[in-house]
Amino acid sequence: MKKILIAEDSSTMRSLLVATIESLGGYLVSEAASGFEALRLLPREPVDLIITDINMPDINGLELVSFVRGSENYRHIPLFIISTEGSERDREKGLALGANEYLVKPFDPARLQELIIQYTA
Amino acid sequence: MANSNDTSGRAVEDFLAEAEEIVDRLSTDLGTLGDCADSGECDPDLLNAIFRGAHSLKGLAGMFGFADIQQLSHNLENLLDSLRLGKIPLTNATMNILFDAMELLGSVVRGLGTGENFSSAIADAIQRLNDCATAQEGGGESPLQKLGLPEKVLNSLTEYEEHRLLENVKKGRTIYSIHASFSLMSFDQDLGEISEVLKKSGEVVSTLPSASATPESMIDFEILYGTDLALDDVTGLIDRDNVEVTRIGAAAAVPPAAVTPGNAEAVPATPQAPIPVSAEVPAPAGQGDDMTAKSMSRTVRVDIGKLDDLMNIVGELVLSHSIISMLATRMRLEGFSSLAIELGKAAKGLDRKLTELQKGVMEIRMIPVGQLFEKMARIVRKVSREQGKKVDLKTFGADTELDKLIIEDIADPMVHIIRNAIDHGLETTEERVAAGKPERGTIRLSSYQKGNHVVIEVSDDGRGFNIDKVKKKALEKGLIKTLEGVSDREALDFIFLPGFSTADKVSELSGRGVGMDVVKNNIAAVSGMVDIESIFGQGSKIIITLPITLAIIKALLVSTAGRTYALPITSVLETIIVTENDIDTVERKEVYQLRQTTLPLVRLERFFGVPRTKPTQAEFYVVVVGVAEKRLGVIVDDLMGQQDIVIKSLGDMFKGYRGITGAADLGDQRTILVLDVGGIIGEAFRSGG
Repeated sequence: MKKILIAEDSSTMRSLLVATIESLGGYLVSEAASGFEALRLLPREPVDLIITDINMPDINGLELVSFVRGSENYRHIPLFIISTEGSERDREKGLALGANEYLVKPFDPARLQELIIQYTA
Repeated sequence: MANSNDTSGRAVEDFLAEAEEIVDRLSTDLGTLGDCADSGECDPDLLNAIFRGAHSLKGLAGMFGFADIQQLSHNLENLLDSLRLGKIPLTNATMNILFDAMELLGSVVRGLGTGENFSSAIADAIQRLNDCATAQEGGGESPLQKLGLPEKVLNSLTEYEEHRLLENVKKGRTIYSIHASFSLMSFDQDLGEISEVLKKSGEVVSTLPSASATPESMIDFEILYGTDLALDDVTGLIDRDNVEVTRIGAAAAVPPAAVTPGNAEAVPATPQAPIPVSAEVPAPAGQGDDMTAKSMSRTVRVDIGKLDDLMNIVGELVLSHSIISMLATRMRLEGFSSLAIELGKAAKGLDRKLTELQKGVMEIRMIPVGQLFEKMARIVRKVSREQGKKVDLKTFGADTELDKLIIEDIADPMVHIIRNAIDHGLETTEERVAAGKPERGTIRLSSYQKGNHVVIEVSDDGRGFNIDKVKKKALEKGLIKTLEGVSDREALDFIFLPGFSTADKVSELSGRGVGMDVVKNNIAAVSGMVDIESIFGQGSKIIITLPITLAIIKALLVSTAGRTYALPITSVLETIIVTENDIDTVERKEVYQLRQTTLPLVRLERFFGVPRTKPTQAEFYVVVVGVAEKRLGVIVDDLMGQQDIVIKSLGDMFKGYRGITGAADLGDQRTILVLDVGGIIGEAFRSGG
């Protein structure tokens, strides 16, 4: 089983992501409702992929990317940002910080599934 | 793009629930923002929280293919983005556009699935939002590079955080980088504590976590902080071992233009709010963002239909229990005494647990009236804004709990009552001053429990009803033949009659073309009663009395003309044995002399038009029922005892039938009708004239 961590403050969006991922089969999802929760979940068990939102109440998604890429333990983990289309600047920054993919909500579930398979192969 | 085909109906329901939550929170926050818009200095966090809400809603709506909501929230978000980035100023005009857009957004979200078409209203609102957002667009390259921030920090700032950082620099504040290490177990709490202290004298711009050079169990943070304080003071503020404060680069190169009295200005104080909502109303979620994240994992959202199912099962268990008790009694009578006692004991234990279960399931349905009050606070703001009246809202007893369905059903009538109170109850500022009243009008919402009922009162300190005018109008409308013998109390009740209006203007009582009769009917639909008190020149009070829950109730079973009915025990005051001789007739109406008062009577079989096959017995019963201050005697043939019943809706087909709230299953294959006491009383008093 591959493990995917999602950080997203909207519970509906989280359940959509979970549904999209779980319908692939072979993936386990842990859900974080905020950046802080993601920080706490990360060290618990190895993760194969991280998917994060940008706008979250405590730390933003960019900060989470920066943390992951700056950390010896996690920097190898593929990471996607899924954010509502908005600031082009935030997108550039996210990719510059080392996010592997930047998806725009409403995201295409099939596209997300493709990417997940590609990055966790 | 939208995957509405493979997302189940449940997901859509989740969306609706969350969308509604977001809209509610946004409206509350927007209200708070409106209050501080006058003073110009608003909490940037609040504006950002509102932006984030609109942003989430847009994303969600997009996923589910609700293009209307997506577009509207997209444009709303754009305007909010410009506001939070300081590209345009927050003016009252902007506030009004935001309020209207939010109102519309709420209607659209709540109207999903009703087929209502909002497209022209939405196009309108979008136009206004855009006009406002494109007013001015600031530009220019970011001078942030000059600050000499660590690249790592600068790179992970969102556009908004960059803007906040710049704002702090512009204000002449010093920027500090605060490095802190915490245990992974408790970092959110530690960080929360530090942020709280820091926020009192400045602004926390960003919080960047890093795992560099720390043991596994620790986590580092780089907090970016803007303040007028000196380095030593900031260090003093935090006073922890594992925290290091560094002053960042050339911020001081931009000296403050004028020396403003330091801290007083540094903290965006919440200014005098035009509509203070007292502390009883739960604080809006605005500042408690950390809390939202936490509570999310501790709350479960449940479809109320599931609770109804549970309640039905509990109801059926209660019936099974009464069958077991009956069997125990029969066994005792038939001589199995020791077994009967055992069974009786077991049945008692079952009864206790059942009562607990019932109470538990019922409590899940209960929500504090405060949630309703919060909505009403927004209505008060909106209407007083429209009317240009100064209004204070005071709430009391916001933690009183009531069935969620009831709260939902009385929201609309409440809006109407409050609208009336501000529109027509409260005088204009000039009139108030002339009458020697305080300039600001007061609307008071209070709620308390009274026995098995919850009372909600809406009072205003406005002009009150002119009873003489009400009476005259009633005479003109032919509701009464003479003014004689009509008490002031009775006269006030005319207000609830269809088409009644004391107004010289058409809209006096019915701001939106809906009269108080509709309010009354809506409240009656949830077995509630509405009453009015008013003193001319001093104000009016609308009193709504509601049952705590509709789900399961104790009922008195009565029979008349061979049929059995259930009367909710909460409205039964007493029962009296009478004979035909005890009944008097006054003005062709049957009454009973109950102690000092004359009790109007209704024969149940006549009320429902049931033919009587056997003549009435010599002795029969009057069940005295009352809701709020009204009393009525219901004449029935026999009393059959008390029983817990689960009221089941009869559906829309029987909606028009007065006097019935639903049906109940008695457990012996019999289904009986449950009487709507409020409705019967209303009908009896109406036909009584």
